[in-house]
Amino acid sequence: MPDSIVEVKNVSKIYKRDTMDIPVLQNLSLGVPEGEFLALMGPSGSGKTTLLNLIAGIDRPSSGSINIAGTDISTLSESALAKWRSRHVGFVFQFYNLIPVLTAYENVELPLLLTDLSKADRKKHVETALGVVGLSDRIHHYPKQLSGGQEQRVAIARAIVTDPTIIVADEPTGDLDRKSAEDVLALLEQLNQEFKKTIVMVTHDPAAAEKAHKTRHLDKGELSMN
Amino acid sequence: MKIAKLIFRNVFRHKLRAALTILGVAIAVMAFGLLRTLVTSWYSGANSAAPDRLVTRNSVSFIFPLPLSYRDQILRVPGVKNVNYSNWFGGQYIDKQHFFARIATDANTFQTVYPEYLLSPDQASAWMKDRSGCIVGQKLADQYHFKIGDVITIVGDIFPGNWQFVVRGIYHGKEKSTEESTMYFQWDYLNEQVLKTMPTRANKVGWYTVQIQNPNDAARVSEAVDALFTNSDNETKTETEKAFQAGFISMSSAIITSLQIVSYVIIGIIFLVLANTMIMTARERIREYAVLKTLGFTGQHLMILIFGESLSIAILGGVVGILITFPMAAGFAKGMESFIPQFIVEPSTLIIAGIFAVVVGIISAIFPANRALSMKIVDGLRQVG
Repeated sequence: MPDSIVEVKNVSKIYKRDTMDIPVLQNLSLGVPEGEFLALMGPSGSGKTTLLNLIAGIDRPSSGSINIAGTDISTLSESALAKWRSRHVGFVFQFYNLIPVLTAYENVELPLLLTDLSKADRKKHVETALGVVGLSDRIHHYPKQLSGGQEQRVAIARAIVTDPTIIVADEPTGDLDRKSAEDVLALLEQLNQEFKKTIVMVTHDPAAAEKAHKTRHLDKGELSMN
Repeated sequence: MKIAKLIFRNVFRHKLRAALTILGVAIAVMAFGLLRTLVTSWYSGANSAAPDRLVTRNSVSFIFPLPLSYRDQILRVPGVKNVNYSNWFGGQYIDKQHFFARIATDANTFQTVYPEYLLSPDQASAWMKDRSGCIVGQKLADQYHFKIGDVITIVGDIFPGNWQFVVRGIYHGKEKSTEESTMYFQWDYLNEQVLKTMPTRANKVGWYTVQIQNPNDAARVSEAVDALFTNSDNETKTETEKAFQAGFISMSSAIITSLQIVSYVIIGIIFLVLANTMIMTARERIREYAVLKTLGFTGQHLMILIFGESLSIAILGGVVGILITFPMAAGFAKGMESFIPQFIVEPSTLIIAGIFAVVVGIISAIFPANRALSMKIVDGLRQVG
């Protein structure tokens, strides 16, 4: 995996429940080249969200290493990992997870508060991100004033506003109607093709997976090529 | 947008809950302030006592009088500057509900020994010239609309009979804390009447107020005064004015202690109200905290959010509580001014109430902050609701 921006090597993840060990991923390796749009599919409990969480640096492997753009994130401290996530990962959740008391603008601005950007620069970035997702006219709307599809587009704007190294998306269309889902997938496709963003997406939806360059299937913690 | 803005929005996310919590804190702070003021008011007499005044009374009990002849002997004790004497008059004005202190005092020495009572020279002169004249404090005059020249009729109990006094002066306190709710009249007037109707009780005084030259000599002068009357029929007990008044207060120490305990219980109630709100809030927002962590916010950021929200509610409640303490205290003071002449909210009470509100705000945030910090992101994201 010489040119991979995401290098997962021999990763295992075991959850402990009481005294029981529950293996979720077993000795898994995966490489994602820069600029690729990868879909991860598999049945519930197959470990695809766990793998996505490990790649995004919000969970740690029990063994093995995860190298993203040259950084072995499995060795970083909690605070270093938090800083790394803010710079390198854009996360798109299934249920959008916008902060309800903040407007679309303020939600998208959130990750930028962790940077040294001035207020004026933050404004430029936020307006650009909201422009990319086609919501320039909704910047002062609160999440409850937006449709599900619009909320997810705001969440995508929040994910791209820091210009991250990778975008990880966990069932981004799972809570949307068909039309909104198509819009969101088209947006992700645009981000990949036009802005050369590396995207790793977990999905149950074959139509969503079709938009990806490559699909990998997970079953019982093991990967197989489509 | 700054973190402060998010804290502010979070505070008012559930407007009704926030309003009720702030109101709860405010009422608790106000109740704490009123109770503390009641306690400090109780002690205010002792605290405002002059350091250069001693009180000499019968060693058996305050209710047993002393001979008037002691005055000259006390005056001769080295270090004594002046001696005033007084009797508690009691009696009833209109009915028992209209209570205020009435004291027969030696008008000749009154203003010298009690310089904190300010009386205009004209009014002082008029009082001195009229045997049945009296002076009343400004608060008392305001309460009963007493004016110069008014006649006040008191039905005596300790000294039976219908007693009439003409208002010759209205005194003001030198300090804000000086009481202004007492009626003073000439001891000579009382003695003359007693001489006619109860001669065995004439020429007796309730207590002597001994003004000394140097407050540092208080112990020595007290001993010297009491030594004069050792083995007499009326032995004396001399102590500082502060100790004398503290003796009165100690009679009601159980009530005061209860009030103090209740005031601290109220702090506990504030804590429970706010802690409950913060715990509910943190439980509801676990998923949001996980999202913020995912975006790169650190534990320190979450602590600022949670402590900031808790402190904002506590401080808002504290400020509202302090603001409503003043009108409530004014109403309380008006209703109770006959019994508690000095019901003044001290700055120290407000500072203590404010500090307690802040401390409660900090403590209430500890548990939810700890929960948010120790939460794993993946667990938080799985949280529903």
